[in-house]
Amino acid sequence: MGKRGAMSRALVRRETISGYLFLLPSLIFFVGFVVYPMFMCIFTSFFDSTMGRSDIFVGLANYKELFTDPIFLRALKNTVIIVVVSVPVTCAFSLWAASVIYKLQGPLRSAFRCIFYLPVVTGSVAVTVVWKWMYNNYYGIFNYLGKAVGILDKNINWLGDANFALGCIILILLTTSVGQPIVLYVSALGNVDHSLVEAAQVDGATNLQVFWKIKWAQIMPTTLYILIITTINSFQCFALIQLLTSGGPNHSTDTIMYYIYYEAFKLFRYGYGNAMGVILAIIIAIFSALQFRLAKADTSY
Amino acid sequence: MKNNLNSGVHRTTPYKVISVILLVFLALLFLFPLYWIVTGSFKTMKEINSATPVWWPSEWVTTNYEKLFSRQTANLFDITIPFVGKTISGPEVPAAIRWLVNTVWMSVAAMIFTCVTATMAGYALAKKRFIGRKLVFSIIICAMALPKQVILIPLIREMSGLELYNTLWAVIFPIVGWPFGVFLMKQFSETIPGEMLEAARMDGASEIKTFLRIVVPLVKPGIGALAIFTFINSWNDYFMQLIMLSSNSTLTIPLGIAKLQSENSTDYGLIMAGAALAAVPILTVFIIFQKYFTQGITMGAVKG
Repeated sequence: MGKRGAMSRALVRRETISGYLFLLPSLIFFVGFVVYPMFMCIFTSFFDSTMGRSDIFVGLANYKELFTDPIFLRALKNTVIIVVVSVPVTCAFSLWAASVIYKLQGPLRSAFRCIFYLPVVTGSVAVTVVWKWMYNNYYGIFNYLGKAVGILDKNINWLGDANFALGCIILILLTTSVGQPIVLYVSALGNVDHSLVEAAQVDGATNLQVFWKIKWAQIMPTTLYILIITTINSFQCFALIQLLTSGGPNHSTDTIMYYIYYEAFKLFRYGYGNAMGVILAIIIAIFSALQFRLAKADTSY
Repeated sequence: MKNNLNSGVHRTTPYKVISVILLVFLALLFLFPLYWIVTGSFKTMKEINSATPVWWPSEWVTTNYEKLFSRQTANLFDITIPFVGKTISGPEVPAAIRWLVNTVWMSVAAMIFTCVTATMAGYALAKKRFIGRKLVFSIIICAMALPKQVILIPLIREMSGLELYNTLWAVIFPIVGWPFGVFLMKQFSETIPGEMLEAARMDGASEIKTFLRIVVPLVKPGIGALAIFTFINSWNDYFMQLIMLSSNSTLTIPLGIAKLQSENSTDYGLIMAGAALAAVPILTVFIIFQKYFTQGITMGAVKG
């Protein structure tokens, strides 16, 4: 008995040492380039910090300034609009597309999955520049098609008009966000417990009933995951804004992420930018927690 | 019963027909931007700037690519030998080729570093019973839920302090540090049978030998998924590249096109040639390794 205890103590020690040695390379990068900067983001948000001079402690001044800064409030509003529109549309669309795709045969199924994923792989820059051309005032196909179908009677400067610019950006964002949710839903729908579906069909349930009463509950964890990743992605919408409108016209398409970039890398106000980063992280955490709550409430019955 | 169900699934209903048609239509719309990039890059200036879209180039010209490749030149590579401080440079080539070399090198380095560190860490978290394991894992999960971009401003200062600013390492290291890979490899490592590890230990195999001979072969599909995932994400990580890289010799292909666009905002032929140069290699990689990629996405979400 005593011998075994000593053995296992030696084993625990060996496991601990080797465990940390295996973790070490990863931890160096994780702590050095993720945890440390996160900590510094919070820390620096309490300072007036810029290039070429030491930081000045200002307490909560950056945060106070944020909530009286009309451009920040505008950016916050735009970001919330983007999230509130794109998250439900992305989830609903990908669920519908996946429900059609997962019933198809092998090659056809992977072809569709692949096509909807292509805009993600193509990369935000390549996707954005081609859309910029399609939205163009004179040579763009949207104006041409609009006039050909008869919806438009004159060319619209899509990206230069504050009424349309944000909508145009959301449309591109949608095409680049449905890829991953579709892949996830196709796999989740394929894993739904078939005995339950069969039992329900025997009891005479309609397809719609089977879907909402059985499948929906079973794919809830996937839905939750998709909601959270789509929310995070939509909050971080940046490349589209920077390449298409640079936040214009007149800050009408600023998002928080773009405004952070603008303050930090154009005006070099690091402390102020970091304060926005902290607020953004808090907002995302609240949204995620909220979705978690709703999803939990939905699965528990 | 089983047959009954199958016939139910495959029965052709009007709803099913309509939705498949709609899906095909949408798939074509999703392919359209890609089609427009490729055909646009071969159109003449006149066809590009026509108010009535030219759906198919009447003649395929390579002038846009010629323009892209004759714009600027750069060395094919510049390698500084550590400690000696000597720099070896490659022959002079069009700048766009250098962007491509930089992007490939950056993505491959990020991929290799991520796979090695994440496989080791994932194995440790899944199979080693050490003190503090749960704590390390919860920190990793929390970090994954945070927006990546909030760390960018502090990263710039850190990289300047380490004298890595405006080098490709400044982009590579934060990608390696991002904990998704560890999480994914932990999921894959959970499937390793404990008895095999126990048997290896009984045989007196060293930890490293056990890892290389038993763990790595068993989690190979996971490594494949992570490799392709990291490669594609690094290639397209525009924001990080934008703030970390500035000189002509460190530009990547996404940055190069963004620069093309800001300098020649109306020469869409040239910009489409750049976009094609960025998109075609990465799309090829994606289509070849699609299976692994899909597996990686699904595995990463299992307990997400």
